[in-house]
Formats: sequence, C-alpha cells, structure tokens
Amino acid sequence: MSALETFVDAADETLLAVEGVTLSFGGVQAIKDVSFDIKKGEIRAIIGPNGAGKTSMLNVINGFYHPQKGKITFKGNTRTDMRPHVAATQGISRTFQNVALFRGMSTLDNIMTGRTLKMTTNLFWHLFRFGPAEQEELEHREFVERIIDFLEIQHIRKTPVGRLPYGLQKRVELGRALAAQPDLLLLDEPMAGMNLEEKEDMSRFVIDVNDQFGTTIALIEHDMGVVMDLSNRVVVLDHGEKIADGTPDEVKSNQDVIDAYLGVAH
Amino acid sequence: MLYRETGQFKTSYSADQAVFPIRQDLVGIWLILAFMFLVVPFTFNDFWLNSIMIPTLIFALAAIGLNILTGYAGQLSLGTGGFMGCGAYACLKLTTFFPDLNIIIVILMSGFFAAAVGFIFGLPSLRIKGFYLAVATLASQFFLEWAFGRIAWLYNYADSGAIEVPTRRIFDIAITGPHASSMTRYLVVLSIVVVLTWVASNLVRGRFGRSWMAVRDMDIAAELIGIRLLSTKLTAFSISSYYCGVAGAMMVFLWLGAAEVESFDINHSFLVLFMVIIGGLGSLLGAFLGAAFIWNLPILLRSAFGQTIDAASVEHISFMVVGALIIFFLIVEPHGFARMWQIAKEKLRLWPFPY
Repeated sequence: MSALETFVDAADETLLAVEGVTLSFGGVQAIKDVSFDIKKGEIRAIIGPNGAGKTSMLNVINGFYHPQKGKITFKGNTRTDMRPHVAATQGISRTFQNVALFRGMSTLDNIMTGRTLKMTTNLFWHLFRFGPAEQEELEHREFVERIIDFLEIQHIRKTPVGRLPYGLQKRVELGRALAAQPDLLLLDEPMAGMNLEEKEDMSRFVIDVNDQFGTTIALIEHDMGVVMDLSNRVVVLDHGEKIADGTPDEVKSNQDVIDAYLGVAH
Repeated sequence: MLYRETGQFKTSYSADQAVFPIRQDLVGIWLILAFMFLVVPFTFNDFWLNSIMIPTLIFALAAIGLNILTGYAGQLSLGTGGFMGCGAYACLKLTTFFPDLNIIIVILMSGFFAAAVGFIFGLPSLRIKGFYLAVATLASQFFLEWAFGRIAWLYNYADSGAIEVPTRRIFDIAITGPHASSMTRYLVVLSIVVVLTWVASNLVRGRFGRSWMAVRDMDIAAELIGIRLLSTKLTAFSISSYYCGVAGAMMVFLWLGAAEVESFDINHSFLVLFMVIIGGLGSLLGAFLGAAFIWNLPILLRSAFGQTIDAASVEHISFMVVGALIIFFLIVEPHGFARMWQIAKEKLRLWPFPY
C-alpha cells in the first residue's frame, strides 16, 4: 500500500461525530440540532458570524458544556455528558479565544503542565525528587523542549508568560495544547488580533502540526483567507444552526453563507 | 562583580532544573547552612536562640505551609492557627500513648493528623472560592478552637486546661520539657525545618507544584488540560496542613513548653498570613523573610525604645510601626520581599556596568 493510499484510508475514518446537539442556556438556544463529523487527519474549520455558537460547540466537544440533546462520538465512544478532564484523558486538547495561560508560570512550566496527564509517579517520589520522579521530569522536559524548538520560542523559555506579548502568548498556548499529544486539537481563534506576519507564522504552525504529528484539528477563525487556505472542510454555523458543510469552495459559493455574512434584503 | 553566571554552562536538563542553577547561590546556601548549624548554636546566647532563632524558624515553617495553600494553590485560608493546634494536640496525645517513641518521629507524625483535618476542611474548596473559602476556613478555625478548649481528653484532663510538655529524651539528652537546653531544641528545630523546606522545594518544582499553580492562575484551563481540581486542591490542603501541624507541634514542644487554646487563636492565623504576604506569595524564601521580619521587628523596636519609655507604650508603638511598615512594603513591592530579592539579584548580575 502506498503512502498516499494510507493517507486516503486514514482520511475516511471518522474521529469525532456530533449528532443532533442542542444546547440552551435558559431561554437562549445557543446550538440547535447541529450534526457534523471530523475525519481523522483533517483540518476542519468551524466558521460563522459572531454569536453563531462556534465556541459553545467547542465547549460541548470537550465536555465543558453539557448539551440537552444529542450525542458525541469520539474514537468510537459515544457519550452525552462528561467532565472536561475525561475529554483530556481521551485525547482532546484546546486553546482559548482569550488566552488562558497560567500567567504566573514560565513558558516552560506552562507547556510542562500540558504533560500532566502523561505523568504517573506518585507523591512519595516527588517529596524527595528522587528515582522515578526525577527520571520522569527529565523525559518530559525533553519532549517539551522539542515543542519549544518546533514553535521557535527558545528565547522565552524561562520568562513568565504574563510578561510576553500577545502573539507569543498564543504560541505558548498552542505549545501547551500540543504537549498533551492530542488526537484532536481544538483551536479557538488562534489568529485573533494578530498582524499579518504573526498570522502567517501561526498558519505555518497549524499546517506543520497537522502534517508532522498527524494531529486532527478543529479550527474556529474569522479570517476567511486563512480558513479557506488551511482547512480541508468547513462547517458554517449561524444563530446556532448549521447552514453549510463542505469544502472551502463549496462553502464560498453557498448562498446561505453569503447571506449570513452579508445580510439579506428584506 | 562576583555574582556572575558567565562561564557556567549547563549541559543537561537536570543541571538546568536545579534549585540553585547559579553556582554562587549554591555556595551561598551552603555557607548559610554551615553558619546556622555550626556557629549559631555555640555562639548565640539563650535569649537569641529562644526568642529569635527558634520562633523565626517555626513560624517560617508554618508560613511555608500556608504558602503552599495560598501562594501556590491560590486557596485563601484563615485556619492556620487551628491546623497548628491540631499538630500540637496530636503530638501530646501520641507522646502520651507512646512515651518511648522518639519525640522527633512523634512530632513528624503529628503533622499527619493536621493533614487529615485539613483534608476535611478542604472539601468545600471545590465549590467555593476566594473570600468565601476564607470564611469557610475561618469556621474551621473557630470550630477547632472550641474543640481544643472543650474536649478535656485532648489536653489529658490537665487542671489548667493547657498542654504541659513532658520531658522526652533521645540518648539521654533531653529534647523537650523543662530540662532541654535551648541549643538542643534549636538544633532539632533547625534540622526539621531544613529537611521539610527541601521537601517543599521538591514538591513545588515538580508536577504537584505545577498543578497547584495552574489551578491558582486559571482553574478552567487547568481542568481542560486534565488536572483534577478536587484532588489538586485537597493535596494542597493536606500538605499545607501537615506543615502547619508540624510547626504547631514544634511551637509547643520545642519552644513554648506549655500552651493553651489562645496559642492557636485567630491572631496566629493572621500573623502567619501576614508573614506569607509580606514575604511573597508563592515563594519559599519569602516564607523565611516574612517570618523573620514580622517576628523580629517588634523585638527590635522594643530593644530600641525599651530603656526610655514604659512597656505599654513600647507595645503600642511597635504595633503602629509594624502596621505602617506592612503598608509601606505592600505599596512599594506588592509581591513581597522575595520579589525584592529577585530584583536585587538581577541588578547585581549587571553591576557595576549596567548596559
């Protein structure tokens, strides 16, 4: 089997399926009966105007919100209700729209926390930082250093992240999510508020993550140029409803999508 | 000029992750330890050991305990006094039941009882945060104070209602009780504090410390990374209370020699909290600096004014001066002495040619 065929096979496998998810907060319906799937190895964009329910959708996927209806199948396990740390254990990690780093900690420590789930030595060894505990720290440090190299942030390794500029903070946050070696990476507006150069850098990292680590990525982004260039398939939400789903070209020419973004004459 | 890291290259991650990655710091800490162990016990007189060195070390340990909870894990607590009391009363009961057991082991074991109590009072921390949690820990403080005063079994039914420390010997040397010399007690306190500080520094640099700080800085993100909030907060509560418990046991057995409920009241909780805030939240060095400052400043003031005016006025003046200094330091450097020390070190690295 050639490399290309393997890739095609992998691309056919569904990693995550969202079926009929409905989420409401009191009287506000954030998501109405939305279904879509994410295939293994693809970059899937979720777009839509402000308030369309994109971030709520991500929160549902990683267990932070609990939908009233519908189910989510991840790697063959179906669930309706789960705690966020269970999602993390199963291999979902994410970044946030407004940077959610641990501000008092250094870049290195922030990315190290991403490895928490991979660390198993118990409290006893940690008390004396001896044997397995020390060994484990060093192994994970090596892995984290590879991520730091990959994201080109060696120079800020020991800097507290609170002091970093916004663009670098976004990068550190991506690093923290990558440290968990996720199967599915949820990126919530990774390029919001960045200038062109920073956007180009970040796009390169997203493509490289997908390419080199084979990580499946779900991406929320408002910059249409970025979305159309990066993603394999796009799902469009508007007022909590799915209005389009398909390749970037299909979505671009969809009348409903154009109406949602530009408005319709009444 | 001397404080430089030039030429000190790290070739392994373990060298980079050391507590004191700069050689001068490492030499410095060994010199301080050598001074504390070899010079202080033989040159300082009883007043210095009893009124300054021993209490400073004991309060530093309690401050490390509270720092783990408040500075690292971000859970505000006003129950320190109560947890210290748990350690002291547990120590008394243990040494009553097992009089032949080595008293140092008893002191270290009594911390576990405080840890258990801290674990229970830490349970509400999953649901309540910040000031509300402070109120919940305040409830634990009052409950524990009540228990120490009312449950006569805890103080061995002594008529005075106080803990009376029995004499305990190791190799015929009195460690506790009226016959123990200040030098022995000082050395025991110093050893315990040094070992437990080393353990704490191991903890806060590793996985547990990072989880605590993650919960402190952004608990939602921490949860989404896979950190379990409840177990992280409860380990912080337990370990913090262990430290406070050991500090409480040492306070009674190796310093005061006798203690009543008042020794563990809310004022002590505040005292330790001030030490942590002034020293620097989230810093072990800060715990020592804060304890040294808060404990010794009144003594210093008293000896400065002591001869000229009457005792009551000295007391009041020292209250006012300490209060004013606390406010002054919080305005000048809200992150405490530890941060000042850090800034000083950064300046020193460039001195005398800052570019």
